[in-house]
Amino acid sequence: MSVLLAHNISCEKSDRALFSGLHLSVSPGELVYLTGENGAGKTSLLRILVGLGMPSKNTFDDVDNEQDPIDLNDDEHETSLKNQKTYVKINTIDVHKDINGASEQLLYFGHKLGLNQLMSPVENLQSWCHQQNIETNIGTITSTLDELGLTGLEDIALKNLSAGQQRRVALAKLWLKSYANLWVLDEPFTALDVNFIAMLEDKITAFLKSGGAVLMTSHQSLNIDYPMTNMHLEYQW
Amino acid sequence: MVGSALIAIFKKDISLAYRQLAELMQPLMFFILVITLFPLAVGPSPDTLQRIGGGIIWVAAILSLLLGMERMFRDDYADGTLEQYILSPTPLYLIVVVKVLAHWLMHIVPLFLISPLLALFLNLTMDMYVALMLTLLLGTPLISFVGAIGVALTVGLQKGGVLLALLLIPIFIPLLIFATSAIESASMLLPYHQQLATIASLLLISVALSPMAVAYSLRVSQN
Repeated sequence: MSVLLAHNISCEKSDRALFSGLHLSVSPGELVYLTGENGAGKTSLLRILVGLGMPSKNTFDDVDNEQDPIDLNDDEHETSLKNQKTYVKINTIDVHKDINGASEQLLYFGHKLGLNQLMSPVENLQSWCHQQNIETNIGTITSTLDELGLTGLEDIALKNLSAGQQRRVALAKLWLKSYANLWVLDEPFTALDVNFIAMLEDKITAFLKSGGAVLMTSHQSLNIDYPMTNMHLEYQW
Repeated sequence: MVGSALIAIFKKDISLAYRQLAELMQPLMFFILVITLFPLAVGPSPDTLQRIGGGIIWVAAILSLLLGMERMFRDDYADGTLEQYILSPTPLYLIVVVKVLAHWLMHIVPLFLISPLLALFLNLTMDMYVALMLTLLLGTPLISFVGAIGVALTVGLQKGGVLLALLLIPIFIPLLIFATSAIESASMLLPYHQQLATIASLLLISVALSPMAVAYSLRVSQN
């Protein structure tokens, strides 16, 4: 039973095929670590997987002679890709049909932080929790921020915090939505200091041990004492 | 659960608008300034002003609402809040309805508060004033809901400003015709129910259908 199941996903950006016929499945407790050069399509892939981006229609003629489709499961999918449907399912819900249902157990952390610059960290997280239907109170949010080393900054407008502090605030979402069963993290370590990176790695390990699945990209090597599935996206010309 | 999420988004948008009071005041100042220009340009004759007054206020209202329109989704798009809205258990079209309503409330209430003064300024009769307020009350939400489609379509482009106006102004021509015709009827002490009913029906159609178009455009903007 996979938390995330993607089948025959392709993506094209300005006439360049980033990847095509890609298959991916992530099981509970699995860490999938996505690597690749700048422009290889990591972010595009993650956005398609959570339902923000739409996969391109497969241009099948190109698939045969240009590249081998990337396949983690390595099952017999050399058979004509033409007949295969394209879909992404999170907890068996098709994300491109019912994104609201699919996102209930999902946490997506992207390049944009999703925080308003005029609001304070507490206000930002509170309104995010409301949106996501997370039962919480100011006490929980404040203590989470304390834990993340943001004591005393709770009520300052976000624009007055440093880039790293802003990312810490955004990453507090991981603490607030640890009940989710899938985290999709797009370069979570950017702009963070060494101590906080270690803390985040611990948090990710704890989440994996509790049965959550993580799909993440990073340009940094990961210091996690947990088996991981590596997946490399090649830059396609 | 969905209700509390929507209330929270509504409160957030209202409080954010208050924190950007300067930006909120700009369309209002524009509205007042444009209306002030007309007596200077066409002469202060009370009859002339009375004849063109309703039309002036309506044109100025459309232009000033267009100025503030871009704010509706711009910040949420830029800082990624929109992504989180899309990836939340709350349906996007309900969030759109709430955001459009909050935007309308923050942009139109100041126009309402200032318009008695401007009606006096343009020598409108009491009947014309009532007709003006009624058409504004029904017509401005229509502008917001239809305009939201344009905003959502252009939010991914970095400079939507003028393009937005070019897209939307032609769409508002029917509204302008019915609204000014209602005010003209009022000036002749004729009934204007029919014009009001037409605007109201346009409003109902746009409230029902535009949130879906907006939600779809916002999803496409993420691609």
